[in-house]
Amino acid sequence: MTATIIWTIAAITVLGVLLAVVLYLVATKFKVEEDPRIDEVEKVMPGANCGGCGFAGCRAFAQSCVEAADLDNNFCPVGGNEVMKKVAAVLGREVKEKAPMVAVVRCNGTCSNRPLTNDYDGLKSCKVKAALYSGDTGCFYGCLGCGDCVAACQFGAISMDPETGLPVVDEEKCTACGACVKACPKKIIELRNKGPKGRRVFVSCVNMEKGAAARKACSAACIGCGKCAKECPFGAITVEHNVAYIDFNKCKLCRKCVAVCPTGAIHDVNFPTPAPKPEKAAPKPAEEAAPAPKPAAAKAASPETVKKEE
Amino acid sequence: MNKLLVSPSPHIHSKTSTRSLMLDVVIALLPSVIVSVLYYGWSAVAVLASSVVFCVLLEYLITKYLLKRPGTIGDLSAVVTGIILALNLPPTAPWWVAMIGAIVAIGVAKMTFGGLGQNVFNPAITGRVFLLISFPAIMTTWGGAKGFIGGADAVSGATPLGIVKEGLMQGQTLQQIFDLHDFSYAQMLFVNIGGSAGEISALAVIIGFIYMLARKVIRPYITLSILVTVAVFSGIFWLIDPSQFTDPLFNLLTGGVLLGSVFMATDYVTSPMSDKGGIIFGVGIGIITMLIRYFGSYPEGMSFAILIMNSTVPLINKFCKQKKFGRA
Amino acid sequence: MKKTFSIGGVHPDDKKISAGCAIESLPTPKTVYISMAQHLGGPAKAVVAAGDKVKTGQVIGEPTGFISAYVHSSVTGTVKSVGLRKDLAGIPVVHVEIAVEPDEWAEGIDVSDTLVTEIPQDPKFIVDRIKSNGVVGLGGATFPTNVKLCPPPDKKADILILNGAECEPYLTSDYRIMIEKPQQIIIGAALMKKVLGVDHVVVGIEENKPEAIAKMKEAIAALAALSSEYAGIEVMTLKKKYPQGGEKQLIDAVTRRQVKSMGLPIDVGAVVQNVATSLAVYDAVQKNRPLIDNTITVTGECFPKQSNLLVRVGTPLSYIIDYLGGVPENAAKAISGGPMMGKAIANLDAATLKGTSSILFLTEEQTRRKPETNCIRCGKCAEACPMGLEPFLLNKLARNGLMDELEQNAVQDCIECGCCLYSCPANIPLLDTIRIAKGEVIRIIRSRTAPKK
Repeated sequence: MTATIIWTIAAITVLGVLLAVVLYLVATKFKVEEDPRIDEVEKVMPGANCGGCGFAGCRAFAQSCVEAADLDNNFCPVGGNEVMKKVAAVLGREVKEKAPMVAVVRCNGTCSNRPLTNDYDGLKSCKVKAALYSGDTGCFYGCLGCGDCVAACQFGAISMDPETGLPVVDEEKCTACGACVKACPKKIIELRNKGPKGRRVFVSCVNMEKGAAARKACSAACIGCGKCAKECPFGAITVEHNVAYIDFNKCKLCRKCVAVCPTGAIHDVNFPTPAPKPEKAAPKPAEEAAPAPKPAAAKAASPETVKKEE
Repeated sequence: MNKLLVSPSPHIHSKTSTRSLMLDVVIALLPSVIVSVLYYGWSAVAVLASSVVFCVLLEYLITKYLLKRPGTIGDLSAVVTGIILALNLPPTAPWWVAMIGAIVAIGVAKMTFGGLGQNVFNPAITGRVFLLISFPAIMTTWGGAKGFIGGADAVSGATPLGIVKEGLMQGQTLQQIFDLHDFSYAQMLFVNIGGSAGEISALAVIIGFIYMLARKVIRPYITLSILVTVAVFSGIFWLIDPSQFTDPLFNLLTGGVLLGSVFMATDYVTSPMSDKGGIIFGVGIGIITMLIRYFGSYPEGMSFAILIMNSTVPLINKFCKQKKFGRA
Repeated sequence: MKKTFSIGGVHPDDKKISAGCAIESLPTPKTVYISMAQHLGGPAKAVVAAGDKVKTGQVIGEPTGFISAYVHSSVTGTVKSVGLRKDLAGIPVVHVEIAVEPDEWAEGIDVSDTLVTEIPQDPKFIVDRIKSNGVVGLGGATFPTNVKLCPPPDKKADILILNGAECEPYLTSDYRIMIEKPQQIIIGAALMKKVLGVDHVVVGIEENKPEAIAKMKEAIAALAALSSEYAGIEVMTLKKKYPQGGEKQLIDAVTRRQVKSMGLPIDVGAVVQNVATSLAVYDAVQKNRPLIDNTITVTGECFPKQSNLLVRVGTPLSYIIDYLGGVPENAAKAISGGPMMGKAIANLDAATLKGTSSILFLTEEQTRRKPETNCIRCGKCAEACPMGLEPFLLNKLARNGLMDELEQNAVQDCIECGCCLYSCPANIPLLDTIRIAKGEVIRIIRSRTAPKK
């Protein structure tokens, strides 16, 4: 009896030692040389593996951070400056602060602004729809409303507003990873500077048609009249292909452009007061052929509706 | 004129729908249902009704209250499961047995996997096997039902397969068993002498099979490969020792081989997609069935064989693909 | 045993309700809008400007690249504008807008009805005429015909197949031209035969068109009696099955040769041309008449006036429809092309193109998709797929974005015939997802095989 116990213990011990040796040999033989800092950097990453940084995942990003000479080209959109500071601390490097970004939907083609001309009956996917035709409205450039961006968002930051039929970005949840930008076949969503206190001004339209045609398809379309560009004291606005674009690096948020836009295509968000009223002379539409505009109504409605749509 | 519809091509669709396919299966099952009702009378009606009602009710309740999805009972798949389950039960089974069968079939085998199309195992057979293991006495007692047309008294306490199995266990030869009992092939073809509701008439099942083929509901490969395998396998053993092994025709016409190969093995969800895969699937079922019949402790192995082969379907689907155009 | 292709296929209801309607000429509208993108490949470059006078048959667009084609004015008149206009899908494309005046044909065009049966002996002359007259494939793809008739020098065709299958339900334009202009079609075939240097021409026609088969056979017999140029042309009756008119399927049906994945028909020595293309080739070569009009079927059960019309290219669809009495009240969808592969029309103000073969109206009940339900793994899609693919699998892979697996499962072989979606009992939008995935996979394959810069 005792002998059996002793032998058993001995055999198991010997076996254990042998296996330990084998494990040790294997571990040394197949050891992968890796910078231990990669692990440390990975620890401070958000771990969402969203790919918003342009790398396959958080580990690939960490590796790139460790190997790169500086951190200028690497930025984690999810973690933002805080995470990048931590990364810099781990690596003992400097990092420049980046202005926080947010996804912005540049289409104001709500159901009321953009009358339907067709009825879609295929798979609910913007990709499929975009490959097939111009969309349910007269606007070839606008939002298709099937929600590919919603499906692409890993953070639940985008949802479709059933009333307007347009996607709405939740600023709190949006990490500016850019997945929605890639998913949108119409290239409507853009990453823009979040702005101080979330205040920003942008042209909520990408329609490149001539004014009359754009206006016919959507009452809130940018008609490319150029009033905003003339009004802008900072040269932040350019009009190209019949559509205005505001450079968010140059924009000083004065909101003069918002006031002069005849169609209400320029949106200002998170400002405490409504945009300043323009001079008495009501802005006339640039195009004679355009149907009677309702600038006052469009503008009066814009601050609230815009906040909702953001 | 309304706004024009726009959708990707094609713009027309065939009239076949899940519902119409299932309805065809129900129609194909009717001959067997009629025979079982005529032969087993009110008790068969009770089993059928309780099985179908519980299956449909369960699916309705689960989709509505547990999964909170749009209801799926309209596709009639629960009705098919209910009928097949009932045809697999002895006509004397009490209603609560049918209910437990329905719970296992719909609740466990079908809905836990996500409903129609997602299940790995055939729901009706899963239900039947569960009952067979849980209530062996009820599931193998065949007598006592009073039919609408004669012959009810002739119902013996066991199926031909059961009688043979028992006889062989007691050391009798087949000759002795057949001398004691009167099994004629004609009787097996039209109205069998014992068995669950769906097993009693081979002809009724064959009519259903032909109907489904004509309506292009199923392709014949799975069914035929099972039958051929059973015939060949039993033929070989029968030639080796006719005193110990039953002959091919006996094996084809008795038990659940026909019912199983026509209605259960051909279930879309749990059978391979390609014809080649279907043949492999069928051969597997045939061999396993005969192994259980000849060497197992159960007299019948069809249900087990189908369940076992169900589990191989994903693998078969992966390796047996149809030939692609322009590829070697 | 009549021949057909070997894998899959479906049998949609034939519904050739406009088959009995003879081709009639549509009066020219007041304004035509001629698109510069009427063919596969680079859009043509407009060579006229607003204010220019153009004659019928005059070049107004020049090709921009190897795969591109000439575009001609289909009317006489004054160019009003050259600019973007929405096509039938609502996508802006460059159109030339012409205010119509009475016809005055450009020089060198033979507008008489005399049948010219003599075949020019110089293949280059024939190809040049085909090219300069802007002939493109009228079977659907609108691939420039001259390019298709000049295979790379290392590949040699040994058979020309004329596609008269018209396997799509409802369509009857090819059927009508086969009945009304069989000799012209055969002469066109003989011209292409000359260019390709092949001895054998097969006209594939489905068995549901006995009258067309008889007429075509008659025409061949009559022409063969005239000249040896018409030897080796035969009609083959094919079993009715969709998509017989698919290029790869038709080659398989006629020759039993299968074009390899990502391959071209020329790889198996075959060239396929539509019968309507053949007619256009006849006009282009024998009459020097550019492709400025084509036969369009206007049909649908809900449409009161079934018609086969000869329509000038650039005629607004709405003009054609109004001419025939307007869009029916209960029509839910208008389709350009057949119900299986045609494109839904989003914009009825769009103008016809060279390749427009029909305007089909379907009612809500006929065309509205039913809600998608669970896949029941019945395998009907795989059974129907003429390429032997597994649409149920491709759909799942596509929805999960698994590009490598999609490629392994040959999504790039899909011909978008619609058999899978047509036959799916669970109404799963299989082709919608597969079509997108196919495009992406082909892009990946191209980028991989393209020479690295």
